[in-house]
Amino acid sequence: MISLTIDGHKVEALEGSSILEAAREHGIEIPTLCFHEALEPYGSCRLCVVELETPRGPRLVASCVYPAEEGAVVETNSEMVQASRRMTAELLLAAAPHAKAIQELAVRMGVQEPRVSLSDNDCILCGLCVRACAEIVGANAISLVHRGFSKEVSPPFEIGSNACIGCTTCVFICPTGAIKLEDVLGTRSVHDWASDFQARACKICGDHYLAPEFPAELNESLAEE
Amino acid sequence: METIRTAEGLEEYRESLVARREPDKPRVSVCCGTGCRVYGSMKVIDAFRKELGSRGLDQEMGVVSTGCHGFCEKGPVVVLKPSGVFYQRVGVEDVPEIVAETMVNGAVIDRLTYTDPATDKKIVYERDVPFYQKQKRLVLDLNGDIDPTNIEDYIVFNGYAALSKALLQMKPEEVIEEVVHSGLRGRGGAGFPAGVKWRLCREAKGDVKYIICNADEGDPGAYMDRSIMEGNPHRVLEGMIIGAWAIGAHQGYVYIRNEYPLAVENLRIAIEQAEEYGFLGHNILGSGFDFSIQIRPGSGAFVCGEETALMASIEDRIGEPRPRPPYPAVSGLWGKPTNINNVETWANVPLIIDRGAEWYSVIGTDKSKGTKIFSVVGNINNTGLVEVPMGATLWEIIYDIGGGIPGGKECKAVQLGGPSGGCIPSAHFDVPIDYESLQELGSMMGSGGMVVCDENTCMVEFARFFMDFVQQESCGKCVPCRLGTRAMLEVLTRITQGEGREGDIEYLLELGGQIKESSLCGLGQTAPNPVLSTIRYFRDEYEAHILDRCCPSHACKPLIQYSIDVEKCTGCGRCLRKCPAEAISGAKKEPHVIDREKCIKCGTCLELCKFDAVVVE
Amino acid sequence: MKSQPRYDVSEIGELLWNGEDGDRSLMAVLEEIQARYRYLPEDALILVSERLGVPLSQTYSVATFYNAFSLEPKGRHVVNVCMGTACNVRGSRKVLERIRDKLGIQPGQTTEDGEFTLETVNCLGACALGPIVVVDGTYSGQMNGSKADALIREVMSESEGS
Repeated sequence: MISLTIDGHKVEALEGSSILEAAREHGIEIPTLCFHEALEPYGSCRLCVVELETPRGPRLVASCVYPAEEGAVVETNSEMVQASRRMTAELLLAAAPHAKAIQELAVRMGVQEPRVSLSDNDCILCGLCVRACAEIVGANAISLVHRGFSKEVSPPFEIGSNACIGCTTCVFICPTGAIKLEDVLGTRSVHDWASDFQARACKICGDHYLAPEFPAELNESLAEE
Repeated sequence: METIRTAEGLEEYRESLVARREPDKPRVSVCCGTGCRVYGSMKVIDAFRKELGSRGLDQEMGVVSTGCHGFCEKGPVVVLKPSGVFYQRVGVEDVPEIVAETMVNGAVIDRLTYTDPATDKKIVYERDVPFYQKQKRLVLDLNGDIDPTNIEDYIVFNGYAALSKALLQMKPEEVIEEVVHSGLRGRGGAGFPAGVKWRLCREAKGDVKYIICNADEGDPGAYMDRSIMEGNPHRVLEGMIIGAWAIGAHQGYVYIRNEYPLAVENLRIAIEQAEEYGFLGHNILGSGFDFSIQIRPGSGAFVCGEETALMASIEDRIGEPRPRPPYPAVSGLWGKPTNINNVETWANVPLIIDRGAEWYSVIGTDKSKGTKIFSVVGNINNTGLVEVPMGATLWEIIYDIGGGIPGGKECKAVQLGGPSGGCIPSAHFDVPIDYESLQELGSMMGSGGMVVCDENTCMVEFARFFMDFVQQESCGKCVPCRLGTRAMLEVLTRITQGEGREGDIEYLLELGGQIKESSLCGLGQTAPNPVLSTIRYFRDEYEAHILDRCCPSHACKPLIQYSIDVEKCTGCGRCLRKCPAEAISGAKKEPHVIDREKCIKCGTCLELCKFDAVVVE
Repeated sequence: MKSQPRYDVSEIGELLWNGEDGDRSLMAVLEEIQARYRYLPEDALILVSERLGVPLSQTYSVATFYNAFSLEPKGRHVVNVCMGTACNVRGSRKVLERIRDKLGIQPGQTTEDGEFTLETVNCLGACALGPIVVVDGTYSGQMNGSKADALIREVMSESEGS
């Protein structure tokens, strides 16, 4: 077990935990956006930053990826941390002004109007959809393409993906609802990315619930084990 | 060529090579680095070979094709050995005369010698050229003497002696101790003690370890590493092999940007030759130690100079940096302990092992040992590569070595560290250069790119240029860098277009500070530096742009006007004829006029006017 | 119209194995394809992904991330303007603007007739000669607006002639 101090409280954590995990174990809340328990931490949104004491002065680190170390002294809500989160929220609002989750985040962080206007794109590049498609589903149908400000989530050639199985995990995991699912008379389209899938309809209520490719893929991977 | 398998074998071979060479044999050393090649040095060297051949002198006189000599402003550079006569701007047409007059008769050709602009005196010998005199060329010492594609040249000059000593007379821990003791700090920019890093990697758990040479050299304006690799690739390899021995790695990679084709080629040849001679591969020098090196060309991404992005690239992924810890020394390439060092760092290692840490630690300052190579570029008379001991001042580099500013203009500032660094105004040029002093000034050592800005450089536009660069090169993974630098760029662009607003400077400072603290990797963490340092030292320029809608350096197009001085204009009509916007009018021999509505400020008239009559304000 | 080497699927297989043990690195293969065809054809990316066992999405990610790769065929002539810091303080922006206006395209684009592609590069490491323009691998140094004009005119007339 590792001992560290978070917000003045002495805390014990398992070897290999991140600061975020150690904090959450003890009921200390740290906001996140690109973090998900089922996925490898990514460290891109920077919302989860915390202040770490170092010999060269305090430093901000992303708690989702920074390891809990013996003797570490961490502040999860200092002025330095709040200022950073406020800036992150302001920038996200400037880039995704109509995404409800971002609007709510901005309010929580005390951001009114962003001082710049960067784009109007519900996708905030947290990467959850891509990572889920790779790590959980294993389809690798989408990825992050291009670079920098032009970076976006896309299937190969920005057309569609033969690897997509229509499981809609990406739709589900997206924090801002940027991935749209269209279900028209049983034909399911995931955000213009995949060829249309014919979803099965529930015999009782008539709702469409599953594209047959998904269980087919599951059966295949289960058979391999 | 039989593989060398013992220390004695190496020394015997070296002696046999030295014996075969005549140190007094007249030869001409022609710089064939990338810069001089553009000037036509390959044709010059061909001309020398032909001329000597046709005169039947090709046996008694030699021609050596070398790497970059460093005095790039004066290329093609030609040095005659052993006399040391130095000729600059040599053309194909000069070759027969050089052979006949200087090589055969020993006479000096005045028009080809270097004239020191400070004294107006002709300087005949390389050793007397001020550009070289004030330097301490240790890492670049052989660049004017050896053919980089011929390993024998390197061996003649004591090459691979350090490797022999390290592998056959020292234990790995002793090698690390020596490097720690020398005080060598990483030359890539961060200045982390190299020996300490090596030790961390050696102590890391695992049998499989890697060595990487970071030859990505992405800072625009920096070409020190290119010249080391073009001119003396074996020294880099030797350093890497010694490092691999010390750390316990058996595979190394040189990650080199693809924009350096000559360096890639010379490195490739060097690796082949080193393998042939037994300095790479199995059982090196009979020590039982195996080590191989592979070249991995970059694919055009500045961010891949960052060590974790570099490793991602080798792993066939996109160049997205990873959070640290874990540090590469513990978990790097494919999760294995990896030691990454810059080209110049590796090149220092054989010197340290050969001559000793004591010798090395005497050079430089208290905390920064050894020499540093700078590429001095921009508005400077003597553009080129300068190697000085740590502690030299910017004044010495810019004036004593660099020859000052063209046109007799004032030097406004110097930018060090590329897009990660800050500018230093002339008021601080007497500060001795070392890692700490530069950081205190708001700049950094960086990889060595030193861009000189004269009085006509607009520092706001300069900062905007760097932010534009960062935006092009950001990997886009984290919010502060991807979106924050975009925001900073938008504000800077507005300011340079005359649309700055009150509060812009404060916003840039606040945002810049946050981006530095919150970004995932070094690129984002240092991206605001050029902006923050120009605001620190040149705030008045920012204020002039924002409050007065004026660019004091007359550079930002929307804020300047072109006009013709009627006193000076002779009405020759050159500008009128060439103006792409047809904005100039006037009768022959009468002063001409620029129509501001039509003027696109392209600068053609300014370039063409022989009477200095075009005014920009 | 565009005289690109004709892309032949069977050649890609040869590139992939080239007599080496084990699989080649994805990026090394992409670099060779780029060098041979001056772009990365869609089919080539699909084939390379299959043969190397790399998800197509990852291959496409890599192909779009790095400057060295191009998904569109480049023009017969590539005009590269160095925009590094040293060249910048010596006036490379003006050079780029002049060339841009002369060719009628923005950096990153290719002319309609497929003859010219205009690109910028962030430092070639030959700073003493700045500003630098490279046309099809041939370097021209100490450029200014007028020289750039003349250079492009020369290249355009040569291209028409051929």
